[in-house]
Amino acid sequence: MFDDFFTRALIAGIGIALVTGPLGCLVIWRRLSYFGDTLSHSALLGVTLAYAFSINISLSVFIISGTVALLLLSLQKRTKLAGDSLLGLLAHSSLAIGLVLIGFLSSIRFDLMGLLFGDILAVTVEDIFIVWFGGLIILGILFYIWKSIFAATVNYDLAAAEGMKPDVSNFIFTILLAGVIAISIKMIGALLITGLLLIPAATARSLSNNPFQMVILSILVGIAAVIIGLFSSLELNTASGPSIIVAALVLFILSLISFNKSSALQK
Amino acid sequence: MTQNKLLVKLENAGVYKSPKWLVRGISFEINQGQIVTLIGPNGSGKTTTAKMILNIMNADEGMVSGNANKMAYVPQKINIDWTMPLRVIDFMKITSSLTNTQITESLTMTGVDKLLYNQIHSLSGGEFQRVLIARAIAKKPDLLVLDEPVQGVDYNGEIALYNLIKKISVNLNCGILLISHDMHFVMSTTDHVICLNGHICCSGTPSSVVKNPEYIKLFGEHNSETLSYYQHHHDHSHDSDGSISK
Repeated sequence: MFDDFFTRALIAGIGIALVTGPLGCLVIWRRLSYFGDTLSHSALLGVTLAYAFSINISLSVFIISGTVALLLLSLQKRTKLAGDSLLGLLAHSSLAIGLVLIGFLSSIRFDLMGLLFGDILAVTVEDIFIVWFGGLIILGILFYIWKSIFAATVNYDLAAAEGMKPDVSNFIFTILLAGVIAISIKMIGALLITGLLLIPAATARSLSNNPFQMVILSILVGIAAVIIGLFSSLELNTASGPSIIVAALVLFILSLISFNKSSALQK
Repeated sequence: MTQNKLLVKLENAGVYKSPKWLVRGISFEINQGQIVTLIGPNGSGKTTTAKMILNIMNADEGMVSGNANKMAYVPQKINIDWTMPLRVIDFMKITSSLTNTQITESLTMTGVDKLLYNQIHSLSGGEFQRVLIARAIAKKPDLLVLDEPVQGVDYNGEIALYNLIKKISVNLNCGILLISHDMHFVMSTTDHVICLNGHICCSGTPSSVVKNPEYIKLFGEHNSETLSYYQHHHDHSHDSDGSISK
């Protein structure tokens, strides 16, 4: 069953969509899309280091993205620079460091396009294990802190006043975000991971009227995007990451059309 | 009658935010069944004081000690991003697990039970304010903090909400900290008024506070005259069913 590279990619992709669904909803509710971008740009540095020291890519990406996330949280408290400037600063400097290091590693054969945009051929049985094992851990932790993180997303002060410990859940959420980037970088690529977080959630928004529904729909849209994207990637010989994101975009546009229709009917 | 439980006590508490003290030297306490009102001009530290009590902010000086089991908060401002689909029923449950009966009960108390399945984004300012209060009382807190709870509510609704707050304090026997710029309510219902302007200017019963020169300096003579008028106007008491008893 795992012999076929396409089946492997499909299984891994569906595992990723399960995790990006709920996390993506939180990212757009909390207006953190730029934050996701910063973490995934820094992931490239993680990949480079993984090659340089021959360690597992997901592990290395998780460590680097997690470090950048924590760095950002502490910088936000220390400097007066606005949040988006800090994000840009960290995103581009870590991307640049990553690219500079790639220059030093010229002796190693390197597929830069694969790193940036994902590569289905690269998905191994070990990757499937990492995606599903890591994914289930992320989902488990997310489920555990959901009430608290959700309350903090609606209103920080309310959550803090009523004993939901929003600082703790914000911190954990940041780590989980680094985790999802780590498990999906090989499939989707560093530049496009945020797309898989955002677009299915945005698609789900126009179709749902409560948060739970939005999370479920977001997972389903993500899975559909992975399946459609991978099949067309196979047929058209295009890179897997961009194909999945384009499929998600098409679903998003369809959701807008159906949303306009249903709101026109209500009037 | 047994001694009412002390819910929260501030001793010389203050919050510093560079380059100045937002509030300093705040000392007062709230007991079970008591309504304490904080009044003061904009930027006088009313919300900061409330946040110290609610443990949202830490006191940089002095002590805030409390033994309230459940605190509930009605913030002054709350913006819910449009990207989050949220019905009233979902919003009611964000910090506590409530049964549908509990939810309907408290929405009925604030008069918005018909909105249970409406989107939060579609509510008017007044409706949203009532939902906020319903959410706070649904979990039956022993300390309720209301930050400007009647903003966006029209005059009649305002009176109804203030009567409701009085009713809540009686029914739940909880302590209430009310932040208000509305002197009418201060006069008619509250037990203890604290007049704030970075520090406590004066405090005491409503009728003693309006005569205090510090208060007059802050709010002007004119205001205290309107208040005395109102006080006269409300020189009677209500039975629990709302009928007037002389």
